Amino acid sequence: MIERVLVAVALLVGLGGGFLLARSRLGRKAPAEPDAVHHILLPFTGTEISRRAVDAALRLARAEDATLMPAYLAEVPKSLPLDCAIPVEANQAMAMLEAIEQRAGTKGVPVDARIERGRTYRHALARLLSEEDFDRVVVSAGATGTHGLSGDDLVWLLERAPAEVMILRPGPEDHRVLVPVARSAQRDGVAV
Amino acid sequence: MGHYKIFLGMAAGVGKTYRMLQEGHTEAVAGRDVVIGYLEPHERRETSDQARGLEALPRRTVAIRGGATVAEMDLPALLERAPELALIDELAHANPPGLEHDKRYEDIASVLAAGIDVFSTVNVQHLESLNDQVAELTGVRVRETVPDRVLADADEVVLIDLTPEALITRLRAGKIYPTRNIDAALNNFFKIENLAALREVSLRQVAEEVESKRLVHSEAESVGTREEERVSDDTARAVGERLLALVRPQPSAQRLVRRAWRSAQRLGTDLDLLWVKPPALRVEGEVERQVAALRRLASVLGATLLIEEHDDVVAAAARVARERGSTYIMVGEAPPAKGLGRLREPLPQRLMRAASPGVDVRIVANRGTPTDACPPYGNKRRGEGS
Repeated sequence: MIERVLVAVALLVGLGGGFLLARSRLGRKAPAEPDAVHHILLPFTGTEISRRAVDAALRLARAEDATLMPAYLAEVPKSLPLDCAIPVEANQAMAMLEAIEQRAGTKGVPVDARIERGRTYRHALARLLSEEDFDRVVVSAGATGTHGLSGDDLVWLLERAPAEVMILRPGPEDHRVLVPVARSAQRDGVAV
Repeated sequence: MGHYKIFLGMAAGVGKTYRMLQEGHTEAVAGRDVVIGYLEPHERRETSDQARGLEALPRRTVAIRGGATVAEMDLPALLERAPELALIDELAHANPPGLEHDKRYEDIASVLAAGIDVFSTVNVQHLESLNDQVAELTGVRVRETVPDRVLADADEVVLIDLTPEALITRLRAGKIYPTRNIDAALNNFFKIENLAALREVSLRQVAEEVESKRLVHSEAESVGTREEERVSDDTARAVGERLLALVRPQPSAQRLVRRAWRSAQRLGTDLDLLWVKPPALRVEGEVERQVAALRRLASVLGATLLIEEHDDVVAAAARVARERGSTYIMVGEAPPAKGLGRLREPLPQRLMRAASPGVDVRIVANRGTPTDACPPYGNKRRGEGS
C-alpha cells in the first residue's frame, strides 16, 4: 500500500515537474518582434531647452502611448571628421538628456534618447530624419535665439520632416529645464 | 579671477557653514578683508556665534508672488564692496525671479569674475548627476540642483565628514533643527541608512574629484625629460581603471551607458560597451535600429562597442573583460525573476565569480522603460535568445 502511495506521489511530482519544464520551454520561443513603437522627436541644441516643449512632448507621448526621443544636435567643426568623438558636447548632452529622462520618468513616459552630429544643426537634424522613424516632432521656437535652430531651420524642418511638426511659441512661464553653464564661459560673459 | 573653495557635506547639520566661518575668521586674522555675502544660520546658535566678528553684508528684500518678500544676497552691493574674500552660504539656492541670475552659483561666478575669492557650501544631493541616485537612495528629491561642473571647476573642495551616528546625536541635541522639527526629521530624511548612503556618495564624489584633478596635474606637469614623462604616464596607468558596460540594444541601455561614461570620464579612462548577442537572434527591425543607435552613441562618446556572438553571457563578458583589462563591469538592474528563474544565481554574482580577481561589478538601476525590446541579461538563461 505504502509503495503504491509512493509511486503515485512520484508520478505526480514527475508530471508536475514535466509540466513546469514544458511551460518554461514553450515560453522561451524565439524573441518576439517588439510592437511598432511610436516616437515623438524632441530635437534641441545647446545647454537650454524649453520646459514648455518638454512638457508638451511628454503630454503627447503619454496620451499616445508613445516613446519620447529627445535628440541633442551637436555641431562638429569642419576641421574634425564628422564621426569623431565629441566628449565636451557629449557631457552637455548627457546632463540635458538625464534631466529630460528624469522629467519623463515622473510622467511614466519611456525615453529613447539620441545625440546626433552634423556640420550644422540643420545637417544634424537631416541625419536624424534619415536615420530614425518618428510620428511627430516637437520643437520650441524659443530655440531660435543667438544659437540653436534658426527660423530657416524650422521652415526647412516643416518641409522635410516626414511627420507632424509642432512648433511651440515661447511663453512667459517658459523656464529652462537645465542649464549646465560652463563656469569658464560665465567668467568670460559668454552664454553657452 | 577669484579663488573658489567649496565646503561639501552629506546633509544639513554636518558643519559646512560653521567650518566656512571658521576659515573666514582665520583669513580675517591673517589680515584679509573678509565679508559674509550671505549666511543661512538656520536658527543654529553655534553658527550665529561663529559669524560674530565678521562683517556681514545686509540682505536685500525681494518681493515675490502674493505680495510676500524674501531676504536675498545683495550681489550688486557685494560687487561694489569688493572684499578680498566673500563667504556665500548655500550655492545651490535658487533666486526668486527678477534678480541678476536664476541660481546663486551663477551669482558666485560673477563674484569670482570680479576677482573676489569665494568660500561657499553645498550638500552632495544638490549635484545634478547625483540627484537621481540620491533620490533613489533616500526617497527624497531636492529641487535645487547645480551642475557638476561647479564642483569640478572649484579650486578646492573640502569634504565636511561626520558619521551618521554623530549627526543624529547632533540632531537629537537640537543643534540642527528647532526642537519641534526633530521628530519629523528623524522619521524622514535623518535615518542611519540614508545618512550612511549619502556619506558614501560624498566620499566617493570627492575621491573621484581628487583623482581627476591629480591626473590633470600629472599631465600638465609632465614637462621633464621624456623618461620622466613616461614614468608619469605609467603611474597614471597603474592606478587607472577600465570600464566594461554590458548593454543590450534597447532604450534603457542609454542610462547604463550614461552612467558608465560619466564614471569613465571621472576616472579619465576608456569605456567599452559589450553586447553579447545570442546566436539565434536575427538583427532586424527594432533590434537593428537600437544596435545602430548604440553604435552611433559609442562613436559620439569615443567608446568602443563590442558585439560578441555567444550563448553564455557570463563566459563571454568574463573573457572580454580579461582581454580588455577591465577593472569594472557595469550591468543594468534585472527585474525580479519569475518561475524557475528564481532558482538561478543573479548575473552580477555569476560575473563576479567568472571575472578575474579584483574586477568590480556595479549594478545600475533601471527605470524600466516599457519599450525595451528584450529583458535584461539577469533573467536570461544559457542558450536563450534575447
